[in-house]
Amino acid sequence: MSGFARRFLRNTGAVAGLMILAAILVVALAAPLLFPDSPWMMVADPLILPFQDGQYPFGTDMLGRDIGAGLAYGARVSLMIGAVSTAVAVLAGIAIGAAAGYHGGWVDDLLMRVTEFFQTIPQLAMAVVLVAILTPSIGSIVAAIAIVSWPPVARLVRGEFLTLREREFVQAAVVIGQHPGRIMLTQILPNAMSPIIITASLMVATAILTESALSFLGLGDRNMMSWGFMIGASRTMLREAPWMSLMPGVAILLTVLAINLIGEGLNDALNPQLRHRGED
Amino acid sequence: MRTMPDHSTSADVAPLLRVRDLTVPLPGGERPYAVRDVSFDIARGEILCIVGESGSGKSISAGAIMGLLPHHLTPERGEILFDGVDLLRLSETEMLARRGRQIGMIFQEPMSALNPTMRIGDQIAEVMAVHGTHPGPARRKRVLDLLDLVGLPDPATLQHVYPFRLSGGQRQRVVIAMALALEPALLIADEPTTALDVTTQAQILALIKRIQARMGMGVMFITHDFGVVADIADRIAVMEKGVLVEQGRATEVLDSPRHPYTRHLIAAVPTGRAVPRGVTVEDAPLLAVRNLIKTYTTSGGPFRPKRVVPAVCDVSFEVRRGEALGIVGESGSGKSTIGKCLLKLQGIDGGEIVFDGQDIAPLSQAAFRPQRRRLQMIFQDPFASLNPRQTVGRILTDGPVAGGEARAEAMARARTLLDLVGLPASALERYPHEFSGGQRQRVGIARALALQPDLIVADESVSALDVSVQAQVLALLKDLQKRLGVALVFITHDLRVAAEVCQRIAVMHRGCLVEYGPSAEVLGASREDYTRRLIEAMPGRAWDARRQPASAA
Repeated sequence: MSGFARRFLRNTGAVAGLMILAAILVVALAAPLLFPDSPWMMVADPLILPFQDGQYPFGTDMLGRDIGAGLAYGARVSLMIGAVSTAVAVLAGIAIGAAAGYHGGWVDDLLMRVTEFFQTIPQLAMAVVLVAILTPSIGSIVAAIAIVSWPPVARLVRGEFLTLREREFVQAAVVIGQHPGRIMLTQILPNAMSPIIITASLMVATAILTESALSFLGLGDRNMMSWGFMIGASRTMLREAPWMSLMPGVAILLTVLAINLIGEGLNDALNPQLRHRGED
Repeated sequence: MRTMPDHSTSADVAPLLRVRDLTVPLPGGERPYAVRDVSFDIARGEILCIVGESGSGKSISAGAIMGLLPHHLTPERGEILFDGVDLLRLSETEMLARRGRQIGMIFQEPMSALNPTMRIGDQIAEVMAVHGTHPGPARRKRVLDLLDLVGLPDPATLQHVYPFRLSGGQRQRVVIAMALALEPALLIADEPTTALDVTTQAQILALIKRIQARMGMGVMFITHDFGVVADIADRIAVMEKGVLVEQGRATEVLDSPRHPYTRHLIAAVPTGRAVPRGVTVEDAPLLAVRNLIKTYTTSGGPFRPKRVVPAVCDVSFEVRRGEALGIVGESGSGKSTIGKCLLKLQGIDGGEIVFDGQDIAPLSQAAFRPQRRRLQMIFQDPFASLNPRQTVGRILTDGPVAGGEARAEAMARARTLLDLVGLPASALERYPHEFSGGQRQRVGIARALALQPDLIVADESVSALDVSVQAQVLALLKDLQKRLGVALVFITHDLRVAAEVCQRIAVMHRGCLVEYGPSAEVLGASREDYTRRLIEAMPGRAWDARRQPASAA
């Protein structure tokens, strides 16, 4: 087993996070098998309490929709949006940060001013505006979340590239005549991957939260059940049927917590300086 | 001046420090013991030099005496008697009272031994405050006395300065002042001059010797450089792989070493004399640098004026095919800047760099890239110059592949290159961290050779290596240069090393070329004061003169 995997698995929190996330992932993938009916379908009496009816262990909402089905289908949306928007944001951030950090000079100035412009606008407010303009759909939500979350990645990658660019092995690559694009991809980027992976893992959690917030505000995709939408829809019934909000809330909490734990574990396993925390 | 302790009668005078059978296990290391059955004495007023390569256990021995071993290393057996008390049996509190007060220590890297956010006067005063000595105004006065003692100019002003304002040599003087603040009976110096320039090193060595004689301290001086040993040691102990293989009076060990390892180390010390060699040198220059100018400009802000620092001013020299030119100077002399300019890793502010008839200075990076193959570089730091995420095979073939060669073809040639630099072919699949410093530097050399260049710039390429490894790498460079007829620009701070390799030497001082000519002339009959100062500062000069006839025979 590699040193990385060993260090990661020694971190109990990270392993717990990994297990929770794996469970959520299994449920999300198996949703059509577990709940063959659409989560929008009214299947039973409204407002069945959780843990009362064996067929609907999570209860039903005010329209008689199965909350369990909602949770399972919501997991698909949350995880998918978290992963895709993070991937887009990380790719954009790497491209912009790498160009700024490697070339320096006016390229760096220009790209960093643009980055700062994006950073001055509150993330959620901008995401709301973007989704409202683009009309809510899964694509616009992914785009909005990616657009608000690439700047930190760009700044991180730029910082890494700035320091790595001065390292002797990069100069050696220049001397042997490698093309700048190749140097960035094969020499510098692999050495900057650890902090990028750590940031990306934590960004997935933020993206899930952002998506929930958007859906809560009614800016979710109308065709897809999502945890945020479930909380938003049941907020009027908060006094009468608190479980309707509580269930998706716990689902968001568990997912975000699991991803954060994994991110922490990755951080400890990839950053040799912090290794003493888990080792003697 | 100094009274030499007489060891034939040392039985009736107890030594200051007596180490007996010190054994420290090395869990999970490449050998079972970090140090094994090490015994030596240090008398009052005596300098004992512990010599060995990195990993020989010399620093572990010092750490055991100070009680500063990393916690996975615990002495298993033996005793360290300091003034009759066994230090290994003392509690941490009892050790604290002795550390600093009775045993002082100087470290290799003066910057990391000083607190960057504290004025140096306060740092020295803190040492006294911790041990509660020199209370009241006496403490300030003592700080000034100490700064004066270590030869720092204007102590009254200097005590208010932060470490970053000082040069490396000045910082090391401050560290020495801190170590001496409480007049310890024993001073442990762990490679205190390795990070310094030759001239600064000579000054620090003289300083340690002067203070030691005045205060009658015992000094344990750890080094890997026999030149330094020859200048400073009363007695010498040689360590190899955790075992003390030889010890004796300085003159005995230096002039008639008994153990083969000692002989091997001594033979590796560069002689500091120009070695005439038969290399065919063409007349037409391969590289001609004319009036090279490079200035660094720090960008000014609205309230800050721009600062212009001339790094290289009006330097001209030539290198012919198959010739080795040494560029020698202290840090800050601009020698590394020249190297970077030659390879266009930095733009220049004036002058020409004519390579094989073409001025490469005005070329754009893209226009110059196809020519890069012919101009290669060997870097200073064998640990930073290889990409830690690439295998050696990848490192050696990236250059040829960038030049349009097929990966498989390049790989086949990489195999022969490894053979050429004395590494096994199995190295291709391994990562840089699996190799020692010397082996990594061989990979660096192979990478430069992979492109079959006409000229190689070697920037301090052996400075980071142990003396014996340095000798091997130098021999390899000399041999390759001779066989392949590559021209070499050898940048170094060490005249001894330059003399070993180069036919001609250029001496740099504050950005200017002060002397330029054939090695024998520059070293033997230098016209410039500065060159003579550099030659004077070469460690072990007197001993070198002694051993010269022997090594020539």
